[in-house]
Amino acid sequence: MTILREHDYGTPAKMGSETVTVSVDGHDVSVAVGTSVLRAASEAGIPIPKLCATDSLEPFGSCRLCLVEIDGKKGTPASCTTPCESGMVVHTTSPKLDRLRRGVMELYISDHPLDCLTCPANGDCELQDMAGVVGLRDVRYGYAGENHLDAPTDDSNPYFSFDESKCIVCSRCVRACSEVQGTFALTIEGRGFNSKVSPGGLNFLESECVSCGACVQACPTSTLQEKAVIELGTPTRTVLTTCAYCGVGCTFKAEMRGDELVRMVPYKDGGANEGHSCVKGRFAFGYTTHPDRVLKPMIREAITDPWREVPWEEAIGYAANKLKEIQAQYGIDSIGGITSSRCTNEDVYVVQKLVRAGFGNNNVDTCARVCHSPTGYGLKKTFGTSAGTQDFKSVEKSDVILVIGANPIDAHPVFGSRMKRRLRAGAKLIVVDPRTTDLVRSPHIKADYHLQLQPGTNVAVINALAHVILTEGLHDKAFIAARCDDEAFQAWEDFIKLPSNSPEAVATESGVPADTLRGAARLYAAGPNSAIYYGLGVTEHSQGSTMVIGMANLAMLTGSIGREGVGVNPLRGQNNVQGSCDMGSFPHEYSGYRHVSDDAVRQQFEALWGRELQSVPGLRIPNMLDAAVVGSFRGIYIQGEDIAQSDPNTSHVTNALASMDLVIVQDLFLNETSAYAHVFLPGTSFLEKDGTFTNAERRINRVRPIMASRTGKAEWEVTCDLAKALGYPMHYDDASQIMDEIAQVTPTFAGVSFAKLDELGSIQWPCNTEHPEGTPTMHVGEFTRGEGRFVETPYVPTPERSTRRYPLLLTTGRAVSQYNVGAQTRRTANVIWQSEDFLDIHESDAQLRGITDGSWVELASRVGKTKMHARISERVPPGVVYTTFHFPVSGANVVTTEYSDWATNCPEYKVTAVEVRPTLQAGGLASAEDLGLEELRVEVHEDAIATLVRMVNEITSNNTHLHQLAAIEAVATHLKMFWAPQMIQDLTSYAKDHPEDFQDVALVALGQLPTAMAN
Amino acid sequence: MTNTVYVPIDSAATSVGATAVALAITAEARRRDIDIRLVRNGSRGLLWLEPLVEVETVEGRVGYGPVTAADVAALFDSDFLTGADNGFSVGIVEDIPWLADQQRVTFARVGVIDPLDINDYEAHGGLTGLRTAIALGPSKTVEEVLASGLRGRGGAGFPAGIKWRTVLEAESGQKYVCCNADEGDSGTFADRMLMEGDPFTLIEGMAIAGIAGGATKGLIYIRSEYPDAIATMRAALLIARGCGLLGDDVLGSGKAFDISVRVGAGSYVCGEETAMLESLEGKRGMVRAKPPIPALHGLFGEPTIVNNVLTLGTVPMILAQGAAAYQALGADRSRGTQVFQLAGNIARGGIVERAFGISLKELVETYGGGTRSGRPVRSVQVGGPLGAYFPASALDVAMDYEALLAAGGMLGHGGIVVFDDSVDMAQQARFAMEFCSKESCGKCTPCRVGSVRGTEVIDKIINNVDRNENLELLNDLCDLMIDGSLCAMGGLTPMPVLSALRQFPEDFQR
Repeated sequence: MTILREHDYGTPAKMGSETVTVSVDGHDVSVAVGTSVLRAASEAGIPIPKLCATDSLEPFGSCRLCLVEIDGKKGTPASCTTPCESGMVVHTTSPKLDRLRRGVMELYISDHPLDCLTCPANGDCELQDMAGVVGLRDVRYGYAGENHLDAPTDDSNPYFSFDESKCIVCSRCVRACSEVQGTFALTIEGRGFNSKVSPGGLNFLESECVSCGACVQACPTSTLQEKAVIELGTPTRTVLTTCAYCGVGCTFKAEMRGDELVRMVPYKDGGANEGHSCVKGRFAFGYTTHPDRVLKPMIREAITDPWREVPWEEAIGYAANKLKEIQAQYGIDSIGGITSSRCTNEDVYVVQKLVRAGFGNNNVDTCARVCHSPTGYGLKKTFGTSAGTQDFKSVEKSDVILVIGANPIDAHPVFGSRMKRRLRAGAKLIVVDPRTTDLVRSPHIKADYHLQLQPGTNVAVINALAHVILTEGLHDKAFIAARCDDEAFQAWEDFIKLPSNSPEAVATESGVPADTLRGAARLYAAGPNSAIYYGLGVTEHSQGSTMVIGMANLAMLTGSIGREGVGVNPLRGQNNVQGSCDMGSFPHEYSGYRHVSDDAVRQQFEALWGRELQSVPGLRIPNMLDAAVVGSFRGIYIQGEDIAQSDPNTSHVTNALASMDLVIVQDLFLNETSAYAHVFLPGTSFLEKDGTFTNAERRINRVRPIMASRTGKAEWEVTCDLAKALGYPMHYDDASQIMDEIAQVTPTFAGVSFAKLDELGSIQWPCNTEHPEGTPTMHVGEFTRGEGRFVETPYVPTPERSTRRYPLLLTTGRAVSQYNVGAQTRRTANVIWQSEDFLDIHESDAQLRGITDGSWVELASRVGKTKMHARISERVPPGVVYTTFHFPVSGANVVTTEYSDWATNCPEYKVTAVEVRPTLQAGGLASAEDLGLEELRVEVHEDAIATLVRMVNEITSNNTHLHQLAAIEAVATHLKMFWAPQMIQDLTSYAKDHPEDFQDVALVALGQLPTAMAN
Repeated sequence: MTNTVYVPIDSAATSVGATAVALAITAEARRRDIDIRLVRNGSRGLLWLEPLVEVETVEGRVGYGPVTAADVAALFDSDFLTGADNGFSVGIVEDIPWLADQQRVTFARVGVIDPLDINDYEAHGGLTGLRTAIALGPSKTVEEVLASGLRGRGGAGFPAGIKWRTVLEAESGQKYVCCNADEGDSGTFADRMLMEGDPFTLIEGMAIAGIAGGATKGLIYIRSEYPDAIATMRAALLIARGCGLLGDDVLGSGKAFDISVRVGAGSYVCGEETAMLESLEGKRGMVRAKPPIPALHGLFGEPTIVNNVLTLGTVPMILAQGAAAYQALGADRSRGTQVFQLAGNIARGGIVERAFGISLKELVETYGGGTRSGRPVRSVQVGGPLGAYFPASALDVAMDYEALLAAGGMLGHGGIVVFDDSVDMAQQARFAMEFCSKESCGKCTPCRVGSVRGTEVIDKIINNVDRNENLELLNDLCDLMIDGSLCAMGGLTPMPVLSALRQFPEDFQR
């Protein structure tokens, strides 16, 4: 399409069904109560000149161009700040109004450079447009008067420049920074004619500015302008697509000039972002054309060999032959695949299909394993489906917001801004986090309660909150009676009332004072609309799944589910975590979360795919790695995930990779994992993809290519080629056919197609005959599983405790300018904000160890060591240290341990016992390589059996609250549902000789599993 | 018998040595072993007599002034403590015609009482109004204020009762009363003198407003250039809290009301009510667009009574003496009294509180006594830097809202600045534009840019550059500023410009 210019109504739409009718230049127009005259006129198709008004910002009334005459009102009120009243008769033009508007423009232009023809905004400038609209022909003041034409340009931001000489001081940038982004980095400085926009008296880079781009977008002139537009020229056409960074899933207008991407501008009608963006989506797309991109397939015999570029056919053929050889020698189950949350639903779907139908096993997993697998487990168990319950917009109706283990301001900035907006409007806030994040306190934001708990004590805290609500009778009895399973509730009630769950009982362990817990519980219960938002601080724990259940319990207890403003909402880390899970990436379930043992479902797939499929779960990523170390798992196809950097206990991961006969990596760049690969298949960036991403609100968004694949193939095409070379032909003409197949086999996607997505913009699943346009809010009237189910959540402390040797607890997170393992953002100018990982440490812990701000420290856990710069920080309490994991050189995951969520094996990234020591030696892992990498990575490996024993015992520990017989059944069922038969068989054989290693319940449960399972 | 001696603590008096006089009197009395009680009162407002020392006698308070510290020994020597008629004496102060002819309502206690003596305050009729309001309840209190005809003394003249009723009827968990004490107009000082001379009347007025509107929190926004007023108000608030005038249970009414002081940062435009609210919220003092009006969407977005010091300070008297008494004074729709402030080049400057309707001439000539320089009066600016200039020939205008408006001027905050015949009115016109270009909040274009261009265009006119074109341009610009500006700052800046141009065209043609 040509360039897409969205209509600007001047002031925001007003909600509400009540309307008033006004007459504008003789045309009657009905608008919602509170609508401005400016907007009403715009809706009637009558544009009123304006400059300071734009419909993303509240009316301001400064430019005085939009003056109108209203019968019965004196003077010439500004139409932007005048709300419509019933029966108003408005005149938008008259000789007087014309004169006034020309007078205003005459003043503007008397202090503006006359360089339109050479200005980067030429043709895309509202000031220029308005000069034409009002018919300005002459500036009688001349140009010799006092002016700002010599004002300097601030080029400090890598992505945009601030040319003060062109500024008309309309405050749109200042207001966007405050109202939309909520950072308050910009202000107007000085007074009178010296009033000017200023990033707090500093330059943009040194200021509080987070480079979200809202100011640039709001600027009606070229004052705040993307450098790309200055360098490349004004874009000429638009492609609508979806950001490929976090799980917010912002819709962008990719604005092109020829085949060159000039800029990404957030789209007003984007369901998730509604016209807002963050520094990553808006500006950090340069990695897509970075010289590090690998564009040709490569192979090598051994990982010590150099890479050899080969044609696609050769690489595919090589990979297929090797896979076939491995299966011939080591069995069907000796290979597997990993799908990527970075790729499209269509890419993901074909990979899991390749594994299930092409490889003939269920050894497929996805990177959600290491982030939100507990969400799937916990929400499915309680509500019946694995997804957040709301759309993002819902937060606008929340009265109390409970944020647990999430830092949306940095990690999900666009949603963070929306949440902050609601908080500024008066919603109450409870933050559960060991760290003092910006949500706890930043300009115009202050948490009512900050539950600064010890890492690892989430479940104790959530139980205490539920205990207070129940014992103080604050729960929603009617909701529970009407909507929830009564028997389950009664069992849960008995459990949660136990004195051991009281705030007083958990205060010491959690570090949260009892009265704080009680206050927070009462606030959440008071609502009336209380919403929970959470992130990886919930899931990445040994009780991640338990905590998800605990939150679901809390929501049901207070009736906070099934309408706008409430709910339980995971903030997904990656752009398509939700989608990759939906697409059947887990080893135990098909698309739409249906277990592989469900005969009817499986038969449907078998019929469509023409292959017999396994009815038992396959291996999860950690199981694959464990099996690789012992030699039973020998080949893997990894699409778009750098497990050697992102997965915990790096040395264990690399050992496993090094043990395999074939590692196929499909990615944009060579990475830590590809160091162990034999086949490298170049991937495509989101700018080349055609498909869909599904964001954290279950919103399926279209990803449209703005350029042809730079590798010559789409990811899914490569997967299909590999399948065909393996003897399993999969053919699709294009990505839309893959979505058609997904819709055919997945009830929640039944109504989805590219055509419908193009028509509606986006769709939140479920989308089917019952909900033909999708489902913004889930569990309305009834839970997906019928009755909501309360599940007991006994607190089982993580075995990872601080000790005398490792007295501090390390927890991890993200910085706003960087993204996950940094593969993309490290290859953009975003490094100007942060170019390394830091260790945040409290002053008291630092002083004790002789650590100063900015000095090098060694970070050691029982599994590994690394080095980084220390940052003295009040964001962490004494006893807790914090780092990000964006830079491979610091290797934060060298120190994280083998511990994981008992139910899903999601790694316990958020709790690692560590010691920190000052070190003189600079350089992190990179320079330490001279010393020998292995020396730094302390080898602490459990053998595979020991891991299985630990896992089954942990599952048992999490079921001890049950009656013994019920516990046995629960453990057995869990193993059957989620464990590959080989694992059960290995464990059963081991148990015969080593019964003393097992808890009694675990032993009996193992014995109950049919031996036939092992076949 | 202990003699009571009054030496004003008002900053107008202390600026001419009142504190040195007070110290000297104390020292001299001690030296002479005479027991005196020294009271630091507010100023009576007869500024040409300051420092004006008063001594209590059976006949009344006898005044001596102006007095310097060096004069004190002579005062003692000449038996001033007995009220003796000596070289300094001005007689019984309240009998001085200048004062005796006034109708002091708002300023009834100023200069009379010890500003921080709550008992003195109560003895002079203080707290009666608040007790009345408590007894009447919110609605009837609002009715009283409405019936009195009291209008906003800050300059806009909006009926206070209507504002109060709007706030009373608005639904909110937290309402506010904000007192605008950012008295920035040239030639005005009544707010300051009231705060320094009778702070409790402002506190009482705000408490009445709080009870009437349903507000529990009050704020006084005082310009930073008024350190003495700030100190006096703060001290008075402590005393008011201590005696139950403020707090959780105002005078036993069961209603809560408390006040805190906020200090401005030197911006003229923060005297505009919405800019003041922004500043009170801790933001840049930038004007808000109306609607929404502050009565519905004021401080922190909540319903807020915003009134000037004089407005709020008059309320206790209205409640104490009844609306009818106040309403009986005045002219046309301007009811009650106005506290006029005589300043500039004037022989007898100070406070003249009179019912509306007095002529400008009477104020300037009868009270003011003409210019201080002794030269003929040429021009009088009424209503601050944005007010109109009146030529000497037009001083018959009646001083009330309607008459002034009809004469092309405005009352503003009641400041009257007199110029003699040495004034250059073109430069005065230019100054109006320049003042605006410096003090504009920077928000709207006509004000921010227009004022700069206005200065330049006037310069061109003065320098005879394209004179006719620039005169036309100046008129167009003034029209744009009047019709197009967001607030009164830009909207009124043309008033002095156009009045100067109209009344004194010869000054623009040299």
